[in-house]
Amino acid sequence: MQKTYYDPADLKKFSKISEWNETLGEKFFDYYGKVFEEGALSEREKSLIALAVSHTVQCPYCIDAYTGDALQRGITKEEMMEALHVSAAIRGGASLVHGVQMMNKVNKLEM
Amino acid sequence: MIHTSLQKRNSDLAQSNRQLEFLSNGIFKNGDLPTFKSKLSETAQFPLKAKKLEILQINVGYMCNQVCAHCHVDAGPDRKEIMTRDTMLQCLDVIKNTGAHTLDLTGGAPEMNPDFRWFVEEAAKAGIKDFIVRSNLTIIRANKKYHDLPQFFKKHNVHVISSMPHWTQGKTDKQRGDGVFAKSIQALKDLNAIGYGIPGSGLRLDLVYNPSGAFLPGNQDALQRDFKKALLDDFNIQFHNLFAITNLPIARFLDYLIASENYEDYMYNLVEAYNPSAVSNVMCTNTLSVSWDGYLFDCDFNQMLELPVNSKVKHISEYNEDLLENREIVISQHCYGCTAGAGSSCQGSVI
Repeated sequence: MQKTYYDPADLKKFSKISEWNETLGEKFFDYYGKVFEEGALSEREKSLIALAVSHTVQCPYCIDAYTGDALQRGITKEEMMEALHVSAAIRGGASLVHGVQMMNKVNKLEM
Repeated sequence: MIHTSLQKRNSDLAQSNRQLEFLSNGIFKNGDLPTFKSKLSETAQFPLKAKKLEILQINVGYMCNQVCAHCHVDAGPDRKEIMTRDTMLQCLDVIKNTGAHTLDLTGGAPEMNPDFRWFVEEAAKAGIKDFIVRSNLTIIRANKKYHDLPQFFKKHNVHVISSMPHWTQGKTDKQRGDGVFAKSIQALKDLNAIGYGIPGSGLRLDLVYNPSGAFLPGNQDALQRDFKKALLDDFNIQFHNLFAITNLPIARFLDYLIASENYEDYMYNLVEAYNPSAVSNVMCTNTLSVSWDGYLFDCDFNQMLELPVNSKVKHISEYNEDLLENREIVISQHCYGCTAGAGSSCQGSVI
């Protein structure tokens, strides 16, 4: 039998997290719901941010959920991929910018 | 991209009983998902009853110049079913003698019926408040003989409702066929040029959005806002309202769901999105659907599944308001499509 850490069916069980701690679970989902409401940013923009962040945190549940959400909102695959590249650029840049620390250290240690 | 109907391909799913088997067996029979009937019963909404007739929807034929990937009618150039003038005369009798305020002509491409213009002219005299023609747009540009359709619609104050799955070419052509987007844009420009869709003109032009795949439509208002902005910015096109419609799991969309191994997930999504408050406003409660050969159905989807009305009256020639009113609506699992989220009807969301 194949066993994996992630089961797509678990995404539908997300709300059950509240069962073991109703107070904190409800606070989280209230907050979550509020975050994604239309505000200074549109729901569409927030959906794209969520999709990009899903890739950065490498959450397969989130990727599934926000890919579907983006399609429902009429977001095109070109827009989705551009958002993903933004997250990839930040992620890559975050590694690379630490190179300055490496360079500083090398410069300090080398004669 | 498909180029022929299920019927032409001799597909199993061209048979309505085969589709109904899919919708009744498997995940519904083994209890993984509740049947639509049991879901209605949970909120004491079974049986679903018809109210007073408000909308008469007439399907004047399955012939179409397009072969859209999701078509629930399985329409296409190879479909020859067409309403005769005799049946149209029977429909006209009902139009004149009923209190229905809306007449909704659909197909296929209804304009391809050779008696389409005659029928519109005759029906327009009946004083219907909202006279709808569901145009696929490309028919207006398909052949010279259709180029004057916008003027014809204007002359009879027809309310034009047109399919437009997206404001980009890629998504539109993928669902509706190569070149459909460009032709649709040109047709919309033709309609705008004589006043259709322009605020204050009184010439109504609405668009219909169907998701281009195995997912549900998002918020109708938000989609309308995005459609309006994109079509205005990119093509200087205007329209009145956008109707977001959920794809129902029948005919070619069911075929797609099965072939792409999305069927079970899609049904789970529909059931999960079931909204009991949408039930009271589903279109079958105030609509009667007439097939090309004059038979009566609760909706266009039941027509394609060959599920006739539950009444002694089966044909438009026998129309009897007393016998049809309060009839029990015929349901199956495809009905989840009309009760998901904000609900879905030929006029878009229902709540």
